[in-house]
Amino acid sequence: MEKLMADLKVQIIEQLNLQEVAPESIGNDEPLFKEGLGLDSIDALELIVLLQQHYNIRIANPEQGPEIFYSVRTMAEFITAQQTAKA
Amino acid sequence: MSSGTAYITASCIIRDHCISRNGEVVLEADKGLDLQEMLRAGYDRFSGQYPKFHKMDTLSKLGWLAAEVLLQDSGIHQLPPEAAGLVLSNRSASLDTDLRYYATVKDIASPALFVYTLPNIVMGEICIRHGFKGENTFFVSDEFDAALLGSYPAQLLAETPLQACLCGWVEVMGQQYDTALFLVENKASGLSIPLSPKALGDLYQTGK
Repeated sequence: MEKLMADLKVQIIEQLNLQEVAPESIGNDEPLFKEGLGLDSIDALELIVLLQQHYNIRIANPEQGPEIFYSVRTMAEFITAQQTAKA
Repeated sequence: MSSGTAYITASCIIRDHCISRNGEVVLEADKGLDLQEMLRAGYDRFSGQYPKFHKMDTLSKLGWLAAEVLLQDSGIHQLPPEAAGLVLSNRSASLDTDLRYYATVKDIASPALFVYTLPNIVMGEICIRHGFKGENTFFVSDEFDAALLGSYPAQLLAETPLQACLCGWVEVMGQQYDTALFLVENKASGLSIPLSPKALGDLYQTGK
């Protein structure tokens, strides 16, 4: 899980062009939207693209979005659960 | 038609990896840098602390950076938001970004690129940065149209609530770019050049 979260931080920075953000400055449990990294609705769409491109995961239920993308940890937990279900 | 006098009070030209303000070179970037690297150097020199810059397309970065340099020490931020507007123009519209977006459609379409597939988005980015809410218009023409850009902003200043207007040319296609922004106001300050097509054309040609 720690390795996955570290990878996700790098991928998020690259996907969202957060060029002034260092991976280590993103907390595992820090909210990604609003008060955290301050991401917006377009960023949310880019995170969906990130999951498809890097992990071949499609979000079937859009209403899950806020829960999945709450933090790096919730994203990592979702990816892990999806990969486990596929295995 | 317009009445009253409008003045060109400031200029910013970004061309050949040089940024000039009021005719004076304020940044000469290494010619070996690509366009993105040059724009980043300009951002680091004149702004910083605006992470949204890195998400913009090249057209928006060019216009945004030119406005950043142009409006340094300007009194425009003292005006009501509705009193500041923009009239911009270019040749390629948003084609540079349209092609980049089209390339992503073959795989997974990029939402971040899609939102920049209109040329007037650059004006939105400038308005968000500076809080402008006045009239704005984007024209597409083959070349810098001094007659249009020297008269339409004057008309806006004379006949609408606008008291200041950014006008000029923001063009990019691949690594080819050319940007010339001018601040036009209904009160003389700074350069204080009476606005006319010839005056604007002469300023645009400076350094070409």
